[in-house]
Amino acid sequence: MRIGIPRTLWYFTYAPFWRTFFTGLGAEVVASRLTTRKTLDAGVTACVSEACLPIKLYFGHLIDLADRVDYLFVPRLMSVQGNRVFCPKFLGLPDLVRHSGLKLPPLLDVAIDRRTGPLFLWRSCWWLGRRLGARGRAIVRAFFSASRTQRKYWARLTGGGLPEGAKPPTRPDAHRAAGGAPPVGPPVRIALLGYPYLIFDEYANLGLLDKLRSLNVDYRTIETVPERVLRRQNPFFPKRPFWRYSDLVARSGYHFLGPGRAEVDGVVHVTAFACGPDALVDKVLELEGERKRCPYLNITLDEQSGEAGYITRLEAFVDMLRRRVATTPD
Amino acid sequence: MGPYSPAFRHLFSRLGWEVVVPDRPTQDTLSLGFKNAPEFFCVPFKITLGTYIEALEQGAEVLVTTGGVGPCRAGHYAQVQADILRRKGYAFDLVVLEPIARDPLGLLRNVRRLNRNRASIPRIVRLVRQVLKKIAAIDQFGAELRRLRPRELRRGSAEAAYDGAIKTLDAAETLEDIEAARRRGLEAFQAVARDPERPVLRIGLVGEIYVVLEPASNLDIEKMLGEMGAEVQPSITLSGWTAENVVTEVGNRAKEAAGPYLGAAIGGHGQESVGNAVLFAKRGFDGLVQLAPFTCIPEIVARGILPAVSRDLDLPVLSFFLDEQTGEAGVRTRCEAFVDMLWQRRRGKEGVA
Repeated sequence: MRIGIPRTLWYFTYAPFWRTFFTGLGAEVVASRLTTRKTLDAGVTACVSEACLPIKLYFGHLIDLADRVDYLFVPRLMSVQGNRVFCPKFLGLPDLVRHSGLKLPPLLDVAIDRRTGPLFLWRSCWWLGRRLGARGRAIVRAFFSASRTQRKYWARLTGGGLPEGAKPPTRPDAHRAAGGAPPVGPPVRIALLGYPYLIFDEYANLGLLDKLRSLNVDYRTIETVPERVLRRQNPFFPKRPFWRYSDLVARSGYHFLGPGRAEVDGVVHVTAFACGPDALVDKVLELEGERKRCPYLNITLDEQSGEAGYITRLEAFVDMLRRRVATTPD
Repeated sequence: MGPYSPAFRHLFSRLGWEVVVPDRPTQDTLSLGFKNAPEFFCVPFKITLGTYIEALEQGAEVLVTTGGVGPCRAGHYAQVQADILRRKGYAFDLVVLEPIARDPLGLLRNVRRLNRNRASIPRIVRLVRQVLKKIAAIDQFGAELRRLRPRELRRGSAEAAYDGAIKTLDAAETLEDIEAARRRGLEAFQAVARDPERPVLRIGLVGEIYVVLEPASNLDIEKMLGEMGAEVQPSITLSGWTAENVVTEVGNRAKEAAGPYLGAAIGGHGQESVGNAVLFAKRGFDGLVQLAPFTCIPEIVARGILPAVSRDLDLPVLSFFLDEQTGEAGVRTRCEAFVDMLWQRRRGKEGVA
């Protein structure tokens, strides 16, 4: 029995848990292949045109898996912490997929909702296990083993490790040797804010991580900011951002613009075209960046991103940071 | 918002404020909003921002708006808009009214803050009842208008009756006055010459609440369709919405009807749009129009699911995603084609029967 998981959206955050869980039940887990032009084209064709880039990519990844697996794992990921929910598209994802008219294998569409009680994840796993015909003991064992794996994985992410499923970046020296690029200046440090499915999807962001390495830029992603540090930030006082990933981005941003200002020289926010929450978070971060006099760059990725445009802006931004670092006395 | 300004003007003027609510956002309001708001914000954000700027220019000192707890973005709008406006150098007080269950003390504080005349509690209760009655009357007038538009003999006579009715209502003070104004208004509609035999299409209107209710944001699509011979019925009115969301917050029929297609509340009015599409289809409507702001996520999800509803229940659907680029001619052309198609379908059905 093969279970397909699209390598996008929450994959970079929760993949080890689900891989371990399904493997523990005796299933084989198949991740979709890395994003390519083909993935994107297929997704764009299959999805409503008003949708944001990540959802189109998600459809592309589903199509990539369609004839290779027996089930597709498309959970309704609603909430994992407090009363924060995921973006409305995550909430409606199984319905959107089911009514898309695509020919797909059966969906495993369990709801995962923290608001239903503290044992929410266990209950969802139990339902899934039974659905797949597993015995009770096997489900318990798979669940605990998956939880352990996920805890270790989180520690690795906080330490700056690369998420599962992301393409390892090219080593900077290899890059420079191959391109014969001119020597770059001293290192600069940026906060690279954005959802994992944009930051770690090498195709969607047009090789952003490699580019940063070749420019000799150190970056900190939202995964590297521990939860206890994030908890102290609240950009939307007296409320908090409603959506899980946006909440993480906004609060990480406020951390780097506030107490963590000394850790970075500038902030880059990577957003997706037509992403609703992003528009809001971006404006809030931009205003805060202005207040804190911190250089701030927004990069919006869309389905027809030309590489040249945004790389020029990125290079200019990095140059500017480098000059600021050089002229600011310590 | 939309046609409801008279009701809110009533409330705040009786609490001792001079109210500068514009009756209807103009092209200038829209441009102001579009210029000052970030690109990917939705039309409701932009138009309300433009309205705030106009109101502040006219000397408004306090902005009153509603909050929300998500997951629709609008719950965060007040804070971000205030930030943008202060950055532009405006000084003002912001009062955000949140749902009562979330922060009852905060709501009380805000009510106190807005109660400039120090009106007594019974007086406030009376005021709220008057406002609700005005809103209900406005919704009733709206329903009459939408029913009459495709049937009136002289173009514009229903509209004139509506404007007159609203004007009378605006001046009404007490509950009795409001009731009398409501009656007078309905009588004025009765007097409009009409052709009751004329065949009309019935089109349901679903979508995000602001663009459904605010004609300035949807190019007055109700009027457009009405004059093309369709009776338009919106799924949302303010009195209906208030009853469902503020007072009881119980599950409504639309949510149940959406069940097989969209099994979870996804924020905004996404689930209601799908559910109301199902309900309209079951009531034998000829077609459905979906209105949504560009980048409105819940409506995009609905947009992805509506084709399935349309296929299963044989209900043609026309979706509009509105932004500052949306032009009147484009919308009109698509509406005309849609209406033509609906007539053909109906003739086809009658021919078979």
